[in-house]
Amino acid sequence: MASIHFKRKASENLGNEKLQSALMRLQERFVDARTAAITDLDDFEATRDAAQKIRDRVLNNLDGWLLYFEREAISRGAVVHWAETAEDVNRIVIDIARQHGVKKVAKSKSMVSEECGLNDALEGAGIQVLETDLGEYILQLAHEPPSHIVAPVVHKTKEEISDLFAEKHQKPRKTGIAELCLEAREELRPGFLAADMGISGANFLIAESGSALIVTNEGNGRLVTTLPRVHVAITGIEKVVPTLEDVSTLIRLLPRSATGQSITNYVSVLTGPKGTEDQDGPEHFHIVLLDNGRSSLLGSEMQSMLRCIRCGACMNHCPVYQNIGGHAYGWVYPGPMGSILTPTFVGLENAMDLPNASTLCGACGVVCPVKIPLPDLLRKLREKQVEQKLRPKREMLALRAWSWMAGHPVFYAFATRIAARLMHWMGGREGRLHYLPGAAGWTDGRDMSVPEGSTFRDLYRRRKS
Amino acid sequence: MRVGLFVTCLVDLMRPRIGFAVLQLLESSGYEVVVPESQTCCGQPGYNSGDTSAIKTLAMKFMREFEGCDYIVVPSGSCAGMIKVHYPECLKADPQLAEKMQAISERTFELTDFLLNVAKLKVLPGDFKGTITYHDSCSGLRELGVQRQPRELLAKMPDIQLIEMQESTTCCGFGGTFSVKYGEISTRMADNKCRHAEETGADAIVAGDLGCLLNIEGRLRRRGNLHTKVFHIAEILAGEDKK
Ligand code: SF4
Repeated sequence: MASIHFKRKASENLGNEKLQSALMRLQERFVDARTAAITDLDDFEATRDAAQKIRDRVLNNLDGWLLYFEREAISRGAVVHWAETAEDVNRIVIDIARQHGVKKVAKSKSMVSEECGLNDALEGAGIQVLETDLGEYILQLAHEPPSHIVAPVVHKTKEEISDLFAEKHQKPRKTGIAELCLEAREELRPGFLAADMGISGANFLIAESGSALIVTNEGNGRLVTTLPRVHVAITGIEKVVPTLEDVSTLIRLLPRSATGQSITNYVSVLTGPKGTEDQDGPEHFHIVLLDNGRSSLLGSEMQSMLRCIRCGACMNHCPVYQNIGGHAYGWVYPGPMGSILTPTFVGLENAMDLPNASTLCGACGVVCPVKIPLPDLLRKLREKQVEQKLRPKREMLALRAWSWMAGHPVFYAFATRIAARLMHWMGGREGRLHYLPGAAGWTDGRDMSVPEGSTFRDLYRRRKS
Repeated sequence: MRVGLFVTCLVDLMRPRIGFAVLQLLESSGYEVVVPESQTCCGQPGYNSGDTSAIKTLAMKFMREFEGCDYIVVPSGSCAGMIKVHYPECLKADPQLAEKMQAISERTFELTDFLLNVAKLKVLPGDFKGTITYHDSCSGLRELGVQRQPRELLAKMPDIQLIEMQESTTCCGFGGTFSVKYGEISTRMADNKCRHAEETGADAIVAGDLGCLLNIEGRLRRRGNLHTKVFHIAEILAGEDKK
């Protein structure tokens, strides 16, 4: 699991100048755009409350809503598959492909398929996969994972993409964004036409109509879901929403929180395969619903995480993410939401750093459109790490010792008196420490101003007497 | 009116003069100030690191110490947040205790919130002259809504000009043990903060939390900036900065 390399990756990324300038742009683009976009909602806070309620209503009776969704989807000709694990998803999709004699797949963005490593599985089964989202396509060419759930190539500069295209497409190097997009479009178009199967994610599943809903900006999603003979939509079980009306509330929040748009360019509601009178659409429509640890959150103190609508606002606003980028988090879901989802899905012991690598500054919780108390959930995961004795012994010892002292005022007063004097003396004339044993992490990058020499309590007592 | 002063462990150990500045502000507002001698640390380092074993004891200790006070004032948004938001949460298994804690936490205020909204100070004894930029520390800002309060207090001081820095509400990277565990990331965050503060050209960086201030000051000095002063807001308001 790549999450165990968090510290090393973070450190590398801090030193990567290109990445740093790309991340700076992300912030400018999305943070400011969101601030502007939420002001044109009459009542952003009330919409957030409503969204939270919709999500909670579903999660409190998830199996009921899923079964309702399944019934409605089937009645409109879709085939619904249940997958417990990532492997199940891969097996199901490969089976569907074999069943329909599929050789080529065109894909629109799906984080869940990323979660399952579906592309590798398909290629392993001899099926060619083409990512058609511009960002995902670039990553496919570069053999890299996404670094953001909404803007997957946010870590790359335009120059890097120019180089990559020139190398992989074997065409003269272009530098303008429009030219690069045009070139990608030319490369992708035959892929859409040749694909026998389209794979997409689903931002929401609508129970009352058994539909899958996707929001996109590039239009490729519509080609993927309507051109090929077979369409497979893959998503997590938590994505179900009761009605179209409910979805409309969530959609007012999703793009605004994600990219600062009031609405995305395309919102497609996909219901069943092509009917006899329909001009276009797939002949076969499959929906794969993945659990992969999600149901284990139901009824637990972490349940609210399932409200997540994958807008990415929490990572855009997270000062840690802003500085280290998504790849440091080591898995599909980066930033604050990833720091909760990754340990949940891959095991707490495999992602030790993630819940801790946050200052708990609260910025993520403030922007989350469905009001997930992200800082509280991070703290809960830390508690679990302690409960399961996963934290280093030395750290625990230090924390316990401090807490014990805090509970024993006489001893505390004595120890702080000594510490204040000792550190004051160590600081010498300059009054600063360039190195402090036990806090090297601090003094590697900072000087520690030393204590004044006596504790407040001592001085106060002296003053009173 | 009796006001209990919770000094905070960082002020007690590192910068007692902040404690005295607060004391001066409260006393000059006409309150009887008590400083319970047995007070220690609010327990946030352990709590935020997932070790909640001692938190109930510490919350109850706090309750005992400050029970008789009409108000409790804390010169730190982060410790005040711990007391107001997290203590009641930690005691919720015992409804009676939780209720008692809730009552006490409602009487607990972050310093600037108290001075502006309860004490309603009109005149402040401080005499700092020059330009200031203000860093909004995270818990005070997001858990307690402290943003306007320090600015309104500073505006009452005729010789101070406040220049807002870019991203004044972005975390400085302190985060308690985060700054030790993830020193490198934390340093970068502090760097950004220093840069934004320096860009304002202000004479001093001011905030309401000593943790952030130590972090920012530490990075400023390591970057070779020895001239920008770093103050807790209490020092500015009370005029303790000359010491
Ligand atoms: S946790 Fe909230 S802010 Fe983050 S991606 Fe999910 S919905 Fe968006």
